[in-house]
Amino acid sequence: MIPLLMYVAIFVAAFFIVTKVVQGAGLKDYTSLKTVTFGDESAVRPNRAAGIISILTIFLMWGIFTGSSLLPGFLHAPGPYEGTTTFTYTAQGDQGSDDATVTVVVHPREQDTDAPEVDPGEGFAKNDSAAIAQWRSGLITVDRNDELGRDDGVQVVAINGESIAPGQSVAVEGGTVTLSDRGTPNFQPNRGWQMEPLYLPAPEEVWTRTLSIAGEGFRNFTLVEHLGYSLFRVVVGFMLGALVGIPLGYAMGLSNWFRGWFDPIVEFMRPVPPLALIPLVIIWAGIGEAGKIILLFLAALWIMAIAARSGVSGVNISKVHAAYSLGASKWQIMRYVIVPNSLPEIFTGARVAMGVCWGTVVAAELVAAEQGAGMMIMTASKFQNTDIVIMGIILIGVIGFGIDMLMRWAERLLVPWKGKG
Amino acid sequence: MIGLSIENLSMRFELPGGDHVQALQDVSLDLKAGELLSVLGPSGCGKTTLLNIVAGFLAPTAGELILNGHKITGPDAERGMVFQQGALFEWMSVRENVAFGPSMKSMPKAEKDKTVDHLLDVVGLQDFKEKAVYELSGGMQQRVALARCLANDPDVILMDEPLGALDALTREKMQSLVLKLWKETGKTIILITHSVEEALLLGERLIVMAPRPGRIHKEYRLPFADLGVDSDLREVKKHPEFGPRREEILNMIWDMEEEIMGAKEDAA
Repeated sequence: MIPLLMYVAIFVAAFFIVTKVVQGAGLKDYTSLKTVTFGDESAVRPNRAAGIISILTIFLMWGIFTGSSLLPGFLHAPGPYEGTTTFTYTAQGDQGSDDATVTVVVHPREQDTDAPEVDPGEGFAKNDSAAIAQWRSGLITVDRNDELGRDDGVQVVAINGESIAPGQSVAVEGGTVTLSDRGTPNFQPNRGWQMEPLYLPAPEEVWTRTLSIAGEGFRNFTLVEHLGYSLFRVVVGFMLGALVGIPLGYAMGLSNWFRGWFDPIVEFMRPVPPLALIPLVIIWAGIGEAGKIILLFLAALWIMAIAARSGVSGVNISKVHAAYSLGASKWQIMRYVIVPNSLPEIFTGARVAMGVCWGTVVAAELVAAEQGAGMMIMTASKFQNTDIVIMGIILIGVIGFGIDMLMRWAERLLVPWKGKG
Repeated sequence: MIGLSIENLSMRFELPGGDHVQALQDVSLDLKAGELLSVLGPSGCGKTTLLNIVAGFLAPTAGELILNGHKITGPDAERGMVFQQGALFEWMSVRENVAFGPSMKSMPKAEKDKTVDHLLDVVGLQDFKEKAVYELSGGMQQRVALARCLANDPDVILMDEPLGALDALTREKMQSLVLKLWKETGKTIILITHSVEEALLLGERLIVMAPRPGRIHKEYRLPFADLGVDSDLREVKKHPEFGPRREEILNMIWDMEEEIMGAKEDAA
């Protein structure tokens, strides 16, 4: 809840600062001079500053709530309690009551610490000590060293002078003491507002882990090999899908018989999510490369077939007629009119297919694989290596984005007439 | 015989549900080589069907077409067509579009380049030959379409409202260009148009078609095309015969449209 409120606050503050203060002296181009912008889609262009602040905010919030060393300390959200704290308990029995002090050392999880030696002190209740890791809690059996314990009818009745009964809590310095049902104090150090590294490691930890995996590798394969395997599967699966799908789509666009024959198959297979085919593909082809490539082939096949089909059927009949009356043969019409005319559609299909293939390969590797981006994050999650999981997710996102950028670039380069017909 | 002869042409489309449309009925027409015929008529009179049959895109249900002594059975390079718009190949440059016909019949490169260069000069697009066609204005695109058609040196040029989508000024310039090309090349041209003025200006012969069934209603021989070859088209419009002719044909088409509307209302 607190992070969400903070995020909204940053959003609002950045909006007012950027739009009211900084952009007051912005450039006066045509769009900025429009008086009607609400409802005019062409007047809505992504605000560059907003984009940069948005990305910075994500990293900032990430740093704040993980206590990142990249940020100056005063920006950190309150961290978990660390240090030595004490509280007193009052034990009461038939023989009267006595106070004793409990010394608790709260230490970071990765650093083993022993409970400190303490002077037992006076009275039948002796002083105790305990070591508890951050974000954990611990029962402190205070009567363990007492002369009179639970078996003698002695109970803890107060913490720091505040009376307490089983099930109740008392706040003490650095944490909370709760009395268990059987009357044993349970110390819970303050968690603060930061995320535990097990759930969300700090950005720099993810970064150093990325460097170390890039150097040493993960599970017998280097990082590049893991990503390379995933990309290789996508490229091969997509290529095979395009190699079969495009001619199939052309045939469906040009021949009644092919259209009739394959329409039911294509229209049935198109809405089946490729992920639903994973079990069958594993049964048929196992978990090796063949199975993955078959899966990606199927993912790309229908998309490419439909793209090629609509590319062919979308040709303006005037163009075909014009080519015929200019003396073109059927083959020449195919080569010089139908194929170039369908290329923009095929490129759109290819972009979609590459995106679907990338998503499918990661999912398939999650299920079963020896290497690959999906396998890397799945295995890491089993060992609670959250930093590797986050690194993997970021890399998968970056590569997916890169694939799309590459396809758009190729599209601009190869089919500049797209949308100009 | 040199020229195009259309004999008792009929076209009937069967509709689902047993209905049919008689798009053309007993249309006969003889066109000498080098004649420029413009075709007018209310919508639904079968003008475009007629053109598509001459081009060879449709087979008539009855009658035949003879061009220079042989029967027309399908599309062929001897009959070039200029469409209203959208028929240029936007994946090719202006030059490649014009060179399409010659490339299809594997004309030697030197000869092809000469033809293309000459035609680009004629239509005034020499400076734009390496541009993509979608970078040109509508009028320029139609000039490309004309040049592309001429590059193939067809015997007959079929024009399906080629200037219909252009603005008035561009249209006037293009009309002069069509007349100039007609005179220079001596091609037989069939021009379909919605504009009575255009039909009068460009048509050496003019037929007005009537709908239901599509047939030739009236035929004219006009002097305006010949006049327009050497003079300003605006001068031609001041010819004493021009105004009355225009009124006459406009009224004729207007009456036919009224009849169609009336028939529709009766049916409803």
